Amino acid sequence: MLAMNYRGPRRVRVSEKPMPEILHPKDCVVRVTRSCICGSDIHLYNGLVPDTRVGSTFGHEFIGVVEEIGPDVHKLKVGDNVIVPFNIACGECAFCKQELYGNCHESNSQATAVGGIFGYSHTAGGYDGGQAEYARVPYADVGPTVIPEWMDHDDAVLLTDVVPTGYQAAEMGGIKTGDTVVIFGAGPVGIMAAKCAWLFGAGRVIIIDKLDYRLEFAKEYAQCEAYNYEDMGDPVLFLKKTTDWFGADVCIDAVGADATGSALQTITGKKLMLQAGAATALHWAINSVKKGGIVSIVGVYGPTDNLVPIGNVLNKGLTVRANQASVKRLLPRLIEHVKEGRLNPKGLITHRVPLEEVADAYHIFTSKLDNCLKPVLIPSTAKK
Amino acid sequence: MENIADQYKHIKGWGVDADPTNEPTHPMKKYTGDDHNRINWQRPALQQYTVEILKSNERPTLSAVNGTSVPPSGLSGVLRRYAFKFSESSYGHWLPLLLADRINVVEGIIDDIKEGHFPNIPAERGIAADWKYNRKALIQKTVAMAAVSFILFTALRSKRK
Repeated sequence: MLAMNYRGPRRVRVSEKPMPEILHPKDCVVRVTRSCICGSDIHLYNGLVPDTRVGSTFGHEFIGVVEEIGPDVHKLKVGDNVIVPFNIACGECAFCKQELYGNCHESNSQATAVGGIFGYSHTAGGYDGGQAEYARVPYADVGPTVIPEWMDHDDAVLLTDVVPTGYQAAEMGGIKTGDTVVIFGAGPVGIMAAKCAWLFGAGRVIIIDKLDYRLEFAKEYAQCEAYNYEDMGDPVLFLKKTTDWFGADVCIDAVGADATGSALQTITGKKLMLQAGAATALHWAINSVKKGGIVSIVGVYGPTDNLVPIGNVLNKGLTVRANQASVKRLLPRLIEHVKEGRLNPKGLITHRVPLEEVADAYHIFTSKLDNCLKPVLIPSTAKK
Repeated sequence: MENIADQYKHIKGWGVDADPTNEPTHPMKKYTGDDHNRINWQRPALQQYTVEILKSNERPTLSAVNGTSVPPSGLSGVLRRYAFKFSESSYGHWLPLLLADRINVVEGIIDDIKEGHFPNIPAERGIAADWKYNRKALIQKTVAMAAVSFILFTALRSKRK
């Protein structure tokens, strides 16, 4: 089968790989019909995540058709169209039982801080991902969810990560009616977080980025205020002024390790790799939120250390909430939101690229060419 | 709760301020008390392995399932195995892994050549997309690189003479 093949920082290609097999009685094999490149794939692509091995296949946002099931799979059948959550969850460990499906303890031997994630380095379990024609999906009765008949598959593929992560970013913000919510990062997750902030009753939603085309999109799509931090000098000062010198009620970091905006963070975090990526957005979030406010983190960082003003977290009495999205927990509610028209995930998709052109797709997305917001890869086997 | 209270009755005031609604992880976590059973849940069947899987030393056993992609090999594999002697809290774990990743890139190029496939690095870096959407910058970058290479080459040649 054809699959994306990582060759080193900023180098990928498509090559032939063996077909995935059932390796556990609760596995299934899915024929991928759509697979996205996620903003967090850029951290892998740039070589920022330790134990990203040459020859790996990325891709944790994919949907597909069940082609084969293991002997202990009872809820799915061959031919089902399924949403595959990005996190691999057993459903039986103490963490899964408490609906922390992003923190499963039975899906990743190689790190205890993170559960298994498809196509996200050996630090996240060493699974091949869905930027391929086929993928092995463990614990098939737990994560994968049958796509409702009425649902557009372009909506479905964004329910694997972008929508749940954006929604959980807002949820973790503990938004109270009328709150001012600031989101750093106008990528797909940040824009979705802005959209979802309204669902929780926000009174004002502000998104910050440096790319005008994304800010324009966010303004329209998420009906929010959008500002370019390059135009404002100090974004923290700008946000203090625009919130009557009080600070935002909730700040969301939807950027993570690849942030720009601070030379110190960029040099130490991305160029010299002395910290686990550039924590610029988190730094701004901590300093822009009000005293007693909440900082919600969904931006992905590497597993080592980052320079953040932790003293201000203490002195301001902040609550910091963070996690990988618990996709399975959120899916029923999110499917309802899509059905009711409150969320329109497919509106984020800007590029549809054949899997064979994965190298170009990564470059377009990473370098923000052609006003790219969300690329979807389509394997040639998608229509069989 | 009564049993637990009995266990701690020698501590004056034990639990008098306990507030079950003080649960900052809600609604992300549906607290069940399972945490107190630690890792003693009924485990799923264990995957049978035919490839080497490295294990964090912060857990006693392999997880029930794992990815089997790209097992450790070569010099990078030696470094990766070394890294797993250290906990995830240690730089001894992460720095060798980062170094292994870089060595692995060179190993990948050597493996490609050994298999008779000379990697097309510009294509792997998405040069076609640059040509289509970013042509001016691509030409500028190429001209700049050519100029720098020419200057370096000329300087080195004149030094040798």
